[in-house]
Amino acid sequence: MTDLYQSQRAMRHMRRAAMQRGVIAILDVGTSKIACLILRFDGPERLREADGFGPMAGQSGFRVIGAHATRSRGVRFGEIAVMNETERAIRTAVQAAQKMANVRVDHVIACFSGGEPRSYGLAGEWELQDQVVTEQDVARALAACDVPQIGEGREVLHAQPVNFALDHRSGMGDPRGQIGNRLACDLHLLSVEGSVVQNLLYCIKRCDLELAGIASSAYVSGISSLVEDEQELGAACIDLGGGSTGISIFIKKHMIYADAVRMGGDHVTSDISKGLQVPLQVAERIKTRHGGVHATGMDDREMIEIGSDSGDWEKDRRTVSRTELIGIMRPRVEEILEEARTRLDAAGFDHLQSQQIVLTGGASQIPGLDMLATRILGQRVRLGRPLRVQGLPLATSGAAFAGAVGLCLFAAHPQDEWWDFDIPSERYPARSLKRAIKWFRDNW
Amino acid sequence: MRPLIPSAPAHRDPAPSRTAYRMQRLWLTPVFRALLRVGFPAFVMMFSVGLYLSDASRRQAMATAWDGAWEKVEDRPEFLVKLLAIDGASPALAEAIRAKLALPLPMSSFAIDMEAARLSIEELDAVADAEVRIRGSGVLQVEIVERQPVVVWRTGAGLSLLDGEGLRIATILERADRADLPLIAGQGANRAVPEALALLAAAQPILPRLRGLVRVGERRWDLVLDRNQRVLLPEVAPVRALERVIALDQAQKLLDRDVIAVDLRNEHRPVLRLAPAALSALRQARGLESGETGL
Repeated sequence: MTDLYQSQRAMRHMRRAAMQRGVIAILDVGTSKIACLILRFDGPERLREADGFGPMAGQSGFRVIGAHATRSRGVRFGEIAVMNETERAIRTAVQAAQKMANVRVDHVIACFSGGEPRSYGLAGEWELQDQVVTEQDVARALAACDVPQIGEGREVLHAQPVNFALDHRSGMGDPRGQIGNRLACDLHLLSVEGSVVQNLLYCIKRCDLELAGIASSAYVSGISSLVEDEQELGAACIDLGGGSTGISIFIKKHMIYADAVRMGGDHVTSDISKGLQVPLQVAERIKTRHGGVHATGMDDREMIEIGSDSGDWEKDRRTVSRTELIGIMRPRVEEILEEARTRLDAAGFDHLQSQQIVLTGGASQIPGLDMLATRILGQRVRLGRPLRVQGLPLATSGAAFAGAVGLCLFAAHPQDEWWDFDIPSERYPARSLKRAIKWFRDNW
Repeated sequence: MRPLIPSAPAHRDPAPSRTAYRMQRLWLTPVFRALLRVGFPAFVMMFSVGLYLSDASRRQAMATAWDGAWEKVEDRPEFLVKLLAIDGASPALAEAIRAKLALPLPMSSFAIDMEAARLSIEELDAVADAEVRIRGSGVLQVEIVERQPVVVWRTGAGLSLLDGEGLRIATILERADRADLPLIAGQGANRAVPEALALLAAAQPILPRLRGLVRVGERRWDLVLDRNQRVLLPEVAPVRALERVIALDQAQKLLDRDVIAVDLRNEHRPVLRLAPAALSALRQARGLESGETGL
């Protein structure tokens, strides 16, 4: 785990360097599309004067100067399946975004939805040496958390302290400088398959880019689609993506749970393709133009032409009513939502006071989805679109880009994670000290 | 299984090749871009110019072409100076200036070195300050401020006119040429002209009798009056000593008597040198000497 700790730490340094240079790229590696945004950071003061607004949710400090989304290839369930193809798709997106921005980017922050994320809640305690809480004490409290068995070959993607308690006072955001005897902390740990992260790292390295941060797409789409009071009072964000559906639960502006269902809009498309005997491209077109989940009497009369060029006149002139199409789509959408409901129940979402659920992602644009979701997920469901970000083109501001926009906010204001705190000095392995002494002896 | 190595792409791949991607990133690098857009053209230009100029005959040809073009401009009638006008100088000095400059008029104004002309005019003794400029319509205007002579200085070589600071202005042949100016003599007299002028001003009451001032030993003045009378003035504060003599003269007609010299070199012990006849008369009067001894 120390290895990943070090690499996450290196990424933080890289991010700081990128912020100093002022340009950073955002890469959302999805199953259906790969989006690349290029951000320019140029100080909040200048922008505030220019547009006359105060800082809006921390997003006035940057501006999107380049954006491009391309069809993803070689990605399945949010994981890289064919390395070459993915690399080419990333190159396409990055090159077009660079061309639009007219700057070269070297640092990239990436997010992905696959890797079977699993959430763990950890708790740690630390007796304070001298009454006042220092940064070292926070680090020691975090280090005191007992790490569960996250499984062979899995790595930690996020480890965020979500709550601090000092003696009997709980719910503190920042305990530093306060006086007490015992510091306790709650840590939310998100683990993913290590190989998925390694593949993504390798892919980005092959594009001559350096990774300045990595995030789970369930987390970042939650950041962008949940409004501030939802994040504060508690809400769940369901990101209906192409290959997987990300679920994240927020409370007190911290993510406390994340999960992913390995089903998404692409499965709906493949259902249509199988059901109507059409190629995937045609199925995708039919889904986006005529799709829905609620059949009405009107839909029986609306006939959809299924074009094809097989040469067989009968086959090429087939039509299908919209009701039939809905009949194919609805079970799959219901299955996805019910699976999400199961995950939420398993996480204990029904114990939260606020039962707000926000649907976002590309597949949330199916007409009538909100009514269907209300039946399955509860009354308080709304469709969410990502926050408006300065300079973002209209084409990339839809619900499908919730992850990318969230990643912009994440890049501008990352949450403190476990590796942002220094390792407590007594926790340094003795071996490294011995090695340092040996090096000193050998060289001097 | 699908073949891993595709035989031929079915349709155009939208992805840029690795080389194209790298080239675009290279092109977007600011340093590289500046180098290519400014550095490379500048280098090419410098190199080609250098290559062209490396041939000596080309350099020669360029120099001659430039000189020809320049001469053509120089020789235009607009730049010709036809006349030399001298203001503020006496006719003799004006002649001297013309002779000194010796400009072969008409000539191009580019060929006249104004500064050198001004310096050469100022070399003349009689010129205190000169200003040379080219006026419109081809006139070279010389403005002169002349030095004013205040004393005549007699030396072994001849008579010179000096200005208030002791600078030589001109030579004259006879004293009578400038009878209006006082006369000074002696080696180093020119270096003490201001003091001489102060003495002359103080000697106003005896001016009709004054013949001149003589510098003695380059340190003090003798006032020479007619009848070969001399007033020997001290090195320090000569004007006060002179005023003392004049006061004595006005009170007791000192200088009207038969005195050869009034010696004031030591202010505590002024000495009178009497003429031999007066001296013997004095001695007789005192009964020191008989009147017949000398006979």
